[in-house]
Amino acid sequence: MAELMAGFGIFTHAVVRAVPRSLSTEALRTGNLEVDAVKAQQEHEEYVTVLKHRLGLEVIELPADETLPDCVFVEDPAVVCGDTALITRPGAESRRGETEAMKRALTELSLNVVEMTDETATLDGGDVLFTGREFFVGLSKRTNQRGAEILADTFKDYAVSTVPVRQGLHLKSFCSMAGPDLIAIGSSEHAQKALKIMQQMSDHKYDKLTLPDDLAANCIYMNLPSKGHVLLHCTPEEFPESAKVFERLKDHMLIPVSNREKVKVDGALTCCSVLINKKSQM
Amino acid sequence: MTTEVGTETEVKKEPEKVPEVQQQTEDPEKASDSVAPDNPDKQEEGSHSADTEPNATPEPSSPPPAGEQKKEKGISRFLPPWLKRPKSQSLDTESESVKDEKREEKETNAEPPEEVSGEKSRSEAEKDREEQKSVGSADTQPAREETEGEPDEKPSSPQETSVVSPIKVTKKMKMVVCHVTLLDGNQFTCEVEKRAKGLYLFSEVCKHLNLMEKDYFGLSFKDNAEQRCWLDPNKEIKRQIRNSQWQFAFTVKFYPADPSQLTEDITRYLLCLQLRQDITSGRLPCSFVTHALLGSYALQAELGDYDPEEHRLDYISDFQFAPNQTKELEEKVVELHKSHRGMTPSQADVQFLENAKKLSMYGVDLHHAKDSEGVDIMLGVCANGLLIYKDRLRINRFAWPKILKISYKRSNFYIKIRPGEVEQFESTVGFKLPNHRAAKRVWKVCVEHHTFFRLMSPEGPTQSKFLTLGSKFRYSGRTQAQSRHASTMIDRPAPPFQRTSSKRISRSLDGAPVVYVMDHSRAGDGNGTVENGPALDLNSDSKSKSRAQGENIYVRHSNLMLEDLEKTQEDVLKHQASISELKRSFMEATPEPRPSQWDKRLTGSPATTLRMQASGNPPPHPETDHRDASKEVVEVIEETVIIEEVVKAKPKSPAPEVTMETAEAPQVKEERSLSSDSESEEEAEYNAPMPSTSISAQQIKEEPEEEEAEAELTQQAPPAEVQPQPTAESSEFSPAGEEESAAQPEDEVLMMPNEALNGHASNTEAPPTLEDAAEEEEPHIVNGNVSHVETEHLPQVICCSEPPVVKTEMVTISDTFAAQKTEISTKEVPIVHTETKTITYEAAQLDGNGDGEPGVLMTAQTITSESLCTTTTTHITKTLKGGQSETRIEKRIVITGDSDIDHDQALAQAIKEAKEQHPDMSVTRVVVHKETELAEDDD
Repeated sequence: MAELMAGFGIFTHAVVRAVPRSLSTEALRTGNLEVDAVKAQQEHEEYVTVLKHRLGLEVIELPADETLPDCVFVEDPAVVCGDTALITRPGAESRRGETEAMKRALTELSLNVVEMTDETATLDGGDVLFTGREFFVGLSKRTNQRGAEILADTFKDYAVSTVPVRQGLHLKSFCSMAGPDLIAIGSSEHAQKALKIMQQMSDHKYDKLTLPDDLAANCIYMNLPSKGHVLLHCTPEEFPESAKVFERLKDHMLIPVSNREKVKVDGALTCCSVLINKKSQM
Repeated sequence: MTTEVGTETEVKKEPEKVPEVQQQTEDPEKASDSVAPDNPDKQEEGSHSADTEPNATPEPSSPPPAGEQKKEKGISRFLPPWLKRPKSQSLDTESESVKDEKREEKETNAEPPEEVSGEKSRSEAEKDREEQKSVGSADTQPAREETEGEPDEKPSSPQETSVVSPIKVTKKMKMVVCHVTLLDGNQFTCEVEKRAKGLYLFSEVCKHLNLMEKDYFGLSFKDNAEQRCWLDPNKEIKRQIRNSQWQFAFTVKFYPADPSQLTEDITRYLLCLQLRQDITSGRLPCSFVTHALLGSYALQAELGDYDPEEHRLDYISDFQFAPNQTKELEEKVVELHKSHRGMTPSQADVQFLENAKKLSMYGVDLHHAKDSEGVDIMLGVCANGLLIYKDRLRINRFAWPKILKISYKRSNFYIKIRPGEVEQFESTVGFKLPNHRAAKRVWKVCVEHHTFFRLMSPEGPTQSKFLTLGSKFRYSGRTQAQSRHASTMIDRPAPPFQRTSSKRISRSLDGAPVVYVMDHSRAGDGNGTVENGPALDLNSDSKSKSRAQGENIYVRHSNLMLEDLEKTQEDVLKHQASISELKRSFMEATPEPRPSQWDKRLTGSPATTLRMQASGNPPPHPETDHRDASKEVVEVIEETVIIEEVVKAKPKSPAPEVTMETAEAPQVKEERSLSSDSESEEEAEYNAPMPSTSISAQQIKEEPEEEEAEAELTQQAPPAEVQPQPTAESSEFSPAGEEESAAQPEDEVLMMPNEALNGHASNTEAPPTLEDAAEEEEPHIVNGNVSHVETEHLPQVICCSEPPVVKTEMVTISDTFAAQKTEISTKEVPIVHTETKTITYEAAQLDGNGDGEPGVLMTAQTITSESLCTTTTTHITKTLKGGQSETRIEKRIVITGDSDIDHDQALAQAIKEAKEQHPDMSVTRVVVHKETELAEDDD
């Protein structure tokens, strides 16, 4: 029987995009770190391999575009929920071109594609946390109120609450979903404050998984047939303390995925794919 | 003060009067012989009777009395209002009593004469409608706005007649036709007495729908500003709708968070219909997929399995699934419909609801507002709390447990937030509503939702049982917990009901609505239902008992009255009216305003009430003076002792439960403070300028506004100077004769405190705030017994503040006199001066009766025993809360006498008895409430 809001974390498809060489030098970054282009590419290939082979998702790989140094971070130009995809208007002007290829790909997947045309609106998918029950949208340097409003108009079934993001690039720079009703959250003050706000805004009670490192709080949860709860999370090499926390999740199939290079340009695990559930479509 | 309303109508009406008289003289003919005078009214008559015929017992109305009546009516038209008013008032009283008597009679057998009178009043009602329509528009809407106020004008006239021959009163009950739009789009039409309360109509509708789980529903109407308002079941319909049409909508008021917990399919079906309406109107936004899915379940429920032969693609174009329905959507709906094969209608409804309930705006009642910076926002009231939206975004949320206090003042709405992890101190968040009424509305909705979804019972039987000024802003119906409990008791085969297809909806809207006319015996039943106030329904098992109790009280008091006083027949009637009021208030056990005996009464300022919170200090007792002063005195001295005992059953597993309890403690506190809101809200209320009142009204009203701050002070930290005031007030108490509506300066000053403390309650409903306030005071005027009600509520206010054993004393001296000083010639009105004194003893950690944690009401029973001058009502509730069961016994002892009673002794006795009877329980609260009333008949 068809049911709304059922099956959080169930995905069949993933859209990814290759790493352009321009990433190492031209991609936007909050820090001043140098990225090893080769290592970054390897890292990304491993990531895609996990999705494709280990998890068995059907992966659509978009070619890199050298004029779009940040194009590997496909999460930002699109938000997909159910069979509706919102093509965003990324906050960074240099990234607006990324939406083109994404739009085509999602259209080919016969999703109901909605475009954010309002020129006053900005929204990065990295600021959108979908919990399975509702959306939280971080109001950050990249995302504004208008962008959040359009998201709310696109996904009318769900409550959309705004959360101010005062530090970090995106809302999901310090949080993500680690399971149904389980929010992974960093331990920094601003992360904790954001969590409080989210808890206050929600009618639902979420459990929280507090990670010592904000960046480690960005993980990917999936609920896959034959595999159950799957969690892609940081490696012990990058964040040893946080990795230990993840390792305590006994019910999850834990897959550490390295993100050492991409993180230098503020790329987190969720940033590198758009996950889609084609079977959810009725 | 209330004068304004009356004056207003008066003024407005003047020019219309002559034509009206003409009409009236014609009316009897129309009613009796069906000879058609060629005026538009006649046509109307025709169309109406066509409407009414199906169910009406087509008895011809008896012409001669009607004619007589009409003539007098006509003459009385020319009387100046101040001559008419007093009469109509007393008559109203009479008719009130008669009505009550009738009700009883009706329950046993419907008498023919009544039948006739019913017919007659029906024809009158029709006439009213005709007049309202003025230009014979053939549509069935009863009331037109151009003629608004006319219905108000009418009722007084027939009653004046009855001054001459009171016996005829019986026959002059005014009936009005109400139109209720049901959820399936059909119209339900029923006749109600003009003074019927909202509950009567609601009960009729529920009866018609065969709905038992009715607590989730309500009737709404559009006010003059086209705003949707809820019809308060405990208040007269007429007073609420004011000049709007008698047109209502039956709607879901509280959206159950889990519809699967509803017991009956019919309830779910109605909820589905509401949601379908919410969806197509855009009130409940959904995505395309959701529209399609919900639409497909709706189709399955109405049409059954998809049938490729019968259901060609256009079979669904008659259905509406979304605000903007596209072909694509319809195709999707059909596709999904096909997949529901085999699903029964009720299963489809369940599926529909299971999906709809997840929508974020499910059950959210939105109100436009501005934040402190003037930014447009929306306030969304829902089961869990208050949501703040900016455009479509949720920007804040205040769950009920976070909210300490809800209040409104003028057009501002405030919530006081409990200090939390983020904020260290209590903070108050204010919102600006478009106007005062909107602020009041959102506040009311909040109070109701909080009570319904969060409390076990509506703030305890004590509080809700009586007429209080605070009554109006309390939700007195059943809470969700109680409703669920009651639902489990439903023992009937699932009632068959007709699912209306969307197709038929549109048709029936065009067609003539069916008019259901209650015959009298049925109306009597209806009244019986009305008398079962929601609060009584709290304990379904106690209903009948309580009713019996009511009867006893009735008898007892009337005897008392008759013995004590030599009264003219008129007086007796008046007393009976008031007694029956009392009775009803007991039986309904709901706070309610007295059904206005004074129809368009222009009331003066609400009673002046001074309340002091001074521990142990006995207040001045000016009552004695008054008693001496009055010539004819009705003395009713009442003392009410409420002893609440709470016993906590031993927790099964002590350790965890203890923690639970401590955790709960703050919530208890919250509820308490919520209940205390009344105070501040009252203050607020008074300040609001009424949009629709006359100039004089506003003038009067503005005064209090300025005094507001003072009033607040009085309340919070009663200054020493307050004390003398009651005395002063009482000495100023002037004979009842003041007829002028203009508020005397002194009176105004005196009014202040009352307004601050109690007044707000009175306003909660209909805009003629002051009128309402005055209305509330009526009980005092007519019957002393009823008035203890008012203070009954006060203890609650106190309770909220003090933690350990607290002894507080509160003195309320209400000057009801002020309330009626306006155009009432007090000659026939007994004036009661009320003095009340309430002492509350409270144990620490009093477990609030409306403790927020979800608990299950196990049992509730009410036992009443009576002796000559005392009535003891014991209310026992057992609640299961988190594995812990709690038995609460609440005893109300009413001692009635005509001389002073040593209340200390009475109290001691009561406590002693209580302790003896329940040695294992602890007394957590004792409220002594003393009330002395003086009635002065200024003859």
